[in-house]
Formats: sequence, C-alpha cells, structure tokens
Amino acid sequence: MAERTVKIEIKRQSSPDSSPHWDKFELPHRPGMNVISAMMEIAANPYTADGKETTPIAYDSNCLEEICGSCAMLINGKARMACTALVDKLDQPIKLEPLSKFPLVRDLSVDRSVLFENLKAVKAWVPIDGTYDLGPGERIFPQVQEERYPLSRCISCCCCMEVCPQFNESTGFVGAATIAQAQLFNEHPAGKVLKEERLHALMGDGGIQECGYAQNCVQACPKQLPLTKAISDVGRDVMVQAVKDAFTR
Amino acid sequence: MPAAPKIIVVGGGLAGLAAVIKIAEAGGKVDLFSIVPVKRSHSVCAQGGINAAKNLKGEGDTTAQHFDDTIYGGDFLANQTPVKGMCEAAPGIIDLLDRMGVPFNRTPEGLLDFRRFGGTLYHRTAFAGATTGQQLLYALDEQVRRYESEGKVTKYEGWEFLSAVLDSSRVCRGICAMDLRTMEVRTFAADAIVLATGGIGAIFGKSTNSVVCTGSAQSAVYQQGAYYANGEFIQVHPTSIPGEDKLRLMSESARGEGGRVWVPKQLGDKRPAKTIPEGDRWYFLEEWYPKYGNLVPRDVATRAIHKVVYEHGLGIDGQPMVYLDLTHIDRETLNRKLEGILEIYEKFVGDDPREVPMKIFPGMHYTMGGLWVDFNQMTNIPGIFAAGEAEYNYHGANRLGANSLVSCIYGGFVVGPKATEYAKALPAMQGDGGAADEKKRQEELNKHLISNAGTENPFKLWRELGETMTKNVTVIRYNKAIKQTDEKIVELLERYRNVNLSDKSSWANTSFAFTRQLYNMLQLARVVAQGAALRNESRGAHYKPDFPDRDDENFLKTTKAYFAPDADEPRFEYEAVDTQYIKPRPRKY
Ligand SMILES: Cc1cc2nc3c(=O)[nH]c(=O)nc-3n(C[C@H](O)[C@H](O)[C@H](O)COP(=O)(O)OP(=O)(O)OC[C@H]3O[C@@H](n4cnc5c(N)ncnc54)[C@H](O)[C@@H]3O)c2cc1C
Ligand code: SF4
Ligand code: SF4
Ligand code: FES
Repeated sequence: MAERTVKIEIKRQSSPDSSPHWDKFELPHRPGMNVISAMMEIAANPYTADGKETTPIAYDSNCLEEICGSCAMLINGKARMACTALVDKLDQPIKLEPLSKFPLVRDLSVDRSVLFENLKAVKAWVPIDGTYDLGPGERIFPQVQEERYPLSRCISCCCCMEVCPQFNESTGFVGAATIAQAQLFNEHPAGKVLKEERLHALMGDGGIQECGYAQNCVQACPKQLPLTKAISDVGRDVMVQAVKDAFTR
Repeated sequence: MPAAPKIIVVGGGLAGLAAVIKIAEAGGKVDLFSIVPVKRSHSVCAQGGINAAKNLKGEGDTTAQHFDDTIYGGDFLANQTPVKGMCEAAPGIIDLLDRMGVPFNRTPEGLLDFRRFGGTLYHRTAFAGATTGQQLLYALDEQVRRYESEGKVTKYEGWEFLSAVLDSSRVCRGICAMDLRTMEVRTFAADAIVLATGGIGAIFGKSTNSVVCTGSAQSAVYQQGAYYANGEFIQVHPTSIPGEDKLRLMSESARGEGGRVWVPKQLGDKRPAKTIPEGDRWYFLEEWYPKYGNLVPRDVATRAIHKVVYEHGLGIDGQPMVYLDLTHIDRETLNRKLEGILEIYEKFVGDDPREVPMKIFPGMHYTMGGLWVDFNQMTNIPGIFAAGEAEYNYHGANRLGANSLVSCIYGGFVVGPKATEYAKALPAMQGDGGAADEKKRQEELNKHLISNAGTENPFKLWRELGETMTKNVTVIRYNKAIKQTDEKIVELLERYRNVNLSDKSSWANTSFAFTRQLYNMLQLARVVAQGAALRNESRGAHYKPDFPDRDDENFLKTTKAYFAPDADEPRFEYEAVDTQYIKPRPRKY
C-alpha cells in the first residue's frame, strides 16, 4: 500500500516587489501533524511534489500553541493560526497564503506592526506612578476581573482585521482588536483616567464609526474575544463623550 | 553633565522588559532588540502563575518560607543571597503587576487569589486564568510601549543579536546584530548590554519552549569568553503533551487544582480510562509521596513517571504515557481556573480533558543553568549583563514551578539599575571600541555560510542533535551515553562545515538565520553534555543511577564552563556556593 501523504499548495513570493507563484508539495503523513510541522518537514526536505529543489518556506511562528499570535495566515482561504490548524481536519490540497491586508515580507510572512502603532494611539496601558513599591493595588471584584480577562487574551494576531470589510486603506479603520484593548483599560480602576483620551483617539475618521457591525471579526478571532460587545460598549462611550465635548467646548 | 548612559537590552521577554522599564524610569536611554516582536516572546507561554509569599490565605506563609522552599527545591545549589533577595521582593512585584492592570484571579472580597504549586505546602501562586505569562508580559509590554511613545525606548524588533563588541581590553562596547529582513549586519554602540534572551529548548529538538529559544545569544558570548554556569541542570517537566512539532506543556496548575496522575494497575488494560474503577488504578505519586502527593517537585515527578513507564512497564497501551486526570473536578471550576490550558489540549489532541483523562509524558522544559553572573547580574565580561532564563542565579539544581516568572522580573529589576550604575562609571572608549573588527568578523562568517557548497541540510542536523540530547542528557544520565552524545555533537560540528543552504537569497532568509543559530546550539550542547558527564552525583534535576546520591563534599559547587578557542571546546572550573543562610540538609519529599 502506498504511504499516506499530505498535499499542500503554498503561495510564495520572494520579496515585496517580486511576483507571486504557487508551489505544490506532497509530504509523508504523520498523526497529529499541523500546518507548522508540515512546513518544518519542507525545510528538512525542500523539494516540491514534482521533485524540484526549492527553498524552505518563510513564515512567522514562535510559541506553537496559539498564544504568541505570530502564525496567522490564510489556510484554505480562512484567516487563522497555523499552529492550531491540524492537517487531518483540513480539506486537501491545503492551500496556504499570506494575510492579504498587510504588507508582505516574504512567502507567508507579513508585517503587522500597524496594530502595535494603533495600541500606542489609544494608550493601551495603565499610567502607573512608578515601579517602586506602593503596596497592593485597588481591590477588584471577581465580576470585574471576569469582564476584563477575556479582553486581555487578545494575541495581536490581526485575524479580526484581515476579515473586516471596513479594514482597508481608504477608511484607515483601526480594527476590532484596538477597540477591545481600549475597553480593557477603560474598565481598570486606574486605567480609567485615560478613558477620555482613548475615546478621542477612537473618534472621527478611522475610528469606531467606520465599523459596520458586520461581525466577521468575532467569528475569526481565535481567542473568542467578545468583540461585538467591546465595540458596542466603546461605541456608546464615544458617543457620550462626543456629546460631552459639544457642551464643554 | 555627561550624556545619559546608553544601554542595550537584548530580548523582550519578562526579564528584558523589566530591565527596560527600570532603565527608562531612571532616565536612561534604551535600545531594545528582539528577534520577534516583543509581545510575541516566549514568556507568553507561561500558564500556571507566579510565586510570592503574600500570605492571603491565613496559612502563615512568609518570604523566609518561600526562600527555604526555593533553596531546598533547588537541592542547595543556588547561591542564597540572590534567592533571598528575590523571595523578599516577590510580594512587592505582585502588587506592582496588579497595579499595572494584570487581571489576576480574585477572591470574593476582591483580593488576589492564590493557588498551590509544586514543592510547597502553601497557596503561594498568583495567577490570571491559565495564561499568567501572557498577562504579565503584556503588562510590561504596555509600560514599555508607553516609554516608547515618550521617546525613551527605541525598539529593534526583527533584529538578531550576533555577538558583543569588545574593545582591546575585553570590555563590552556594544553589540553586533543582523536585520532579519535585509540581512544587513550592523554594530550598535552601548555602555552596557543586558542579555535577556531566554531558554535553550531548541538544543533538545522538541521541547515545551518557543521556536526562538535556541540559546544562540548565550552561546555566542560564551564563545567570546563569558562563563556558562550549571549548564547540566535541565528541567524536564513531568506533564507535557507529545506532539509532531513541539511538546506542549500541561501546566502544573492542573495538579495544583487537584489533577491526579495514574496508570491502570494491569498492563495492557484496554478499558476506556473513565470506566476503570478506582481499585484498578495506581495513583503512584500519591502512594510514593503521601505528603506532597501529585505536587512533588518536577524532577521527582518526572523520574517517577519514567520509572512507572520504563521499569514497571505500565505506560498506557504500552506507550510512554500516563494519565493526568481532572475529570473528578466539576466543569465550572475547571473552566474558571484552567480554561486556557484545557483549550490547548482540546485543540491539539482533540479530546475534552473535562471528560477524558489526558495522556501526558515528561518533556524538556527549562534550563536552570545559564550565563554565569555575579550578584549584580554582570557576567565576567565587563559590561555584559544577563537576566531571566538566560542566566543561572535563582534556581540551583531544580526550579520550583511559578518561580521563573518572578526570577525573570526580579532579575530585570536588579539588572536595570546595576547596568545603569556601571555604565555611568565607564571610562570613554578608545576609537570605535572594536566595532569595525566585529562587524567584519560577522560579515565574513555570513559570506562563508551563504556560499558554502556542501550537502548537509541544517534542519536534519538539528533533528539529530535534538534526538541525541533528549535521549541521553535529560532524565536519566549514564556517563557512557553522555560521552557518546558529546562525540555525536563533534561529528555534527564536523558535518556542519559541509552545510548547504538551499536558500541563498539575502531577503528575510529564515533558514540562513537558523543555520547560524544551529552552530551556536551545537557549541552550547557540549557544555550541557560535558557538564553532566563531570558531575558524578545526583542532585535536583541531574540524576545518575550510577551515582544516586547527592555528594556535597565533592559537588556542592557551581559548574563554570568557559570556551577554549584553540581546542574549540569547553573547559570547566568550579566555584563554591553561597550557603550562608540555610545549612544544606538532605532533600526528601
Ligand atoms: C510552556 C511553558 C510554561 C511555563 N509556565 C511557567 C509558569 O507558570 N510560571 C513560571 O514561573 N514559569 C513558567 N515557565 C518558564 C518561563 O515562562 C520562562 O522561563 C520565562 O518566561 C523566560 O523569560 P525570559 O524573559 O528569560 O525570556 P523569553 O520570554 O524567552 O524572551 C526571550 C527574548 O529574547 C529574544 N531573543 C532571543 N535570542 C535573541 C537574539 N539572538 N537576538 C535578539 N533577541 C533574541 C526573543 O525574541 C525574546 O524577546 C514556563 C515555560 C514554558 C515553556
Ligand atoms: S463588526 Fe465588522 S466592521 Fe466592525 S470591526 Fe468587526 S468585522 Fe469590522
Ligand atoms: S481580537 Fe482576536 S482576532 Fe483580533 S487580534 Fe486579538 S486575538 Fe486576534
Ligand atoms: S506560533 Fe504562536 S500563535 Fe501560532
């Protein structure tokens, strides 16, 4: 009996300005393998299905347990994490492409630094006085912790932005992840002091108003962040703030 | 007034970020280098929690007790002064993290909740669900982002540290690094540098570590003259999920919350785990260690599992696996306290651990050894500091669960001010401080590697390294097998010269970067293997059946390896351990 194999097709591009092409691979099947282990196998045996020598695939990864957010890509057309993409659960040939809305670096690797810039814009931090010992923080009841914790699990993978119809150059929309992080800090007893600044950063062009509530983001999020709720909470706060601004100006 | 000292921090895990925050807060300027965007550093993987004797459960826990547990757990090999400092600072660190907004789990009164971890009888581990490391790293990352937006920190993400720039008196004057996109090699001047480059899991092929944990940076400075200490002490975590690409950790918190380890008493028992009655199960940890039960320290649990599988032949279905069972705990509690880790099992294995006992086996997890540093976190090369898993200071022969996160942050908090202090007193450098020479050396290495016309695939060499290291230099060690491993590494180094890069491009060439790291892994693997061969005793995680006892007379001492360039291999020295506070006593759980 022929050995069981896995068929994979990968969209490749050697640099941002070269043109893309597809390489086909056929690899020995192993139980429990995921898309990353398939690419590791290609690195150790860099030959395409028709026996042509090629180069190892460039892709981002680190934790291999869906917590670092590195390995987002399009797998059979869907934005998701490669390390949790088990080969046995995917239709073959498995098609791998880079995320389409971020500048391409090489093969499956893209530049997602835009999210980190957005996090600066909404001041996604608690402005502590300093790192010296000031004793315990405020008491926080489990109910508040349970609201915040799910938002704090965002791994900055950018899947929510990839699938968002509004996330593109013409709107300049910040995307769901940034809004959720603004909410995370607005809910913290000391993080709250920057709430007004955060809301201002989310007003106007590219801000929360761009969101069409299409909810693609919630479905794509590998960490099941309550994005719809965060967006509607922040949306409401932004509106209240806008009214306040109108009266105090 | 002299210009503010310029400090480079390499690595943006907990240790690196903690150092950056302290330096920036004191007004220093920091350049922060990291292979991956710092928010994606390995520290995000930590699941279980972080230790501090806050004594919020009315148990009478104290920092002195934390200190004693850590020293005892480390089998008396850790220098006691830094460990004492860490345990005393830990409660303040938890408070600070809390103020930074870490969503720690809470008690009904709104106080921090604590769980139990291995090697202690107290509830001493603060946690944020089952993703504590992620939450802690993000908290520090956010503070660093704040400093970045104020212009106090400049990040170089996607840059790899290649080596230190040393002047003619072997004083560090900066670093040589490579841009992982353009592959450009550059030097950066600094008055002091901090290496916070994490663990070395990749030397063992598959481990619980992240992909970039290769130890390449530590190895590079070791080859430049830095001591590497206690390299032979490698922690193998008792409970990991075997996988094709990596071994995924099943956190100790699963046992902290009541998880029980067992195997069927009957060899080849084919019944589904849940239908096997209590009487036919062997809870061997509870039987052998009635006091600590499933929460004995990691080295003890790991050896017990090995024994059950390999000596009693009782692995599940004859495979090297045992059950870790949570199914007796109610769903709601499991979801609240352990959701993150249960999800990992579900996603990668496909079974629901709330319904079916998990199948686990020990996996390489952590290095207690690392760059030798003094109590100010400085290596023997002036101006090169180290913190976090990359150095050796806090865990002796075995690390207790949840003690690493606190040691990383504490080490970062010590190193920041100490590096600043050192940098302020540093005399100005002569000329370029050796930068041009170092850059040339690295560029030549690169040129040679990329044009090498060999036949060896670097990823295959790596697999072979991982296999031999895992087989012979982890849980149970025999001198003969270790010697064979060292010979194998020498063979791999020889074959490395004949390495062939199928990718010769000079844009985002990941296999090129990996191949460079591989060389450093091979050199460091010899330190681990030879260190293990020389230590003829058993202590903490280092276990030799031929020398089953701890031998304080001959080996209560720190191993210090240094590189002998002419021989192209490590040499070893030993140094007395600081035991001034707690007298060594036999370690019996
Ligand atoms: C799965 C898992 C679970 C764990 N759970 C716990 C726990 O519950 N509690 C606990 O206390 N400990 C735990 N640990 C241990 C703990 O997570 C690590 O020891 C700790 O996070 C290490 O932090 P670090 O800052 O030293 O390094 P890391 O977080 O590994 O960061 C290293 C940094 O260095 C950078 N880097 C590396 N090499 C270079 C280079 N050459 N050039 C430039 N940059 C470089 C990387 O990009 C990264 O930013 C766990 C470990 C694992 C593997
Ligand atoms: S709800 Fe729709 S438009 Fe709004 S962020 Fe999500 S995907 Fe984008
Ligand atoms: S919100 Fe979800 S999808 Fe978006 S970046 Fe965070 S984890 Fe990824
Ligand atoms: S590699 Fe970290 S999320 Fe996939």
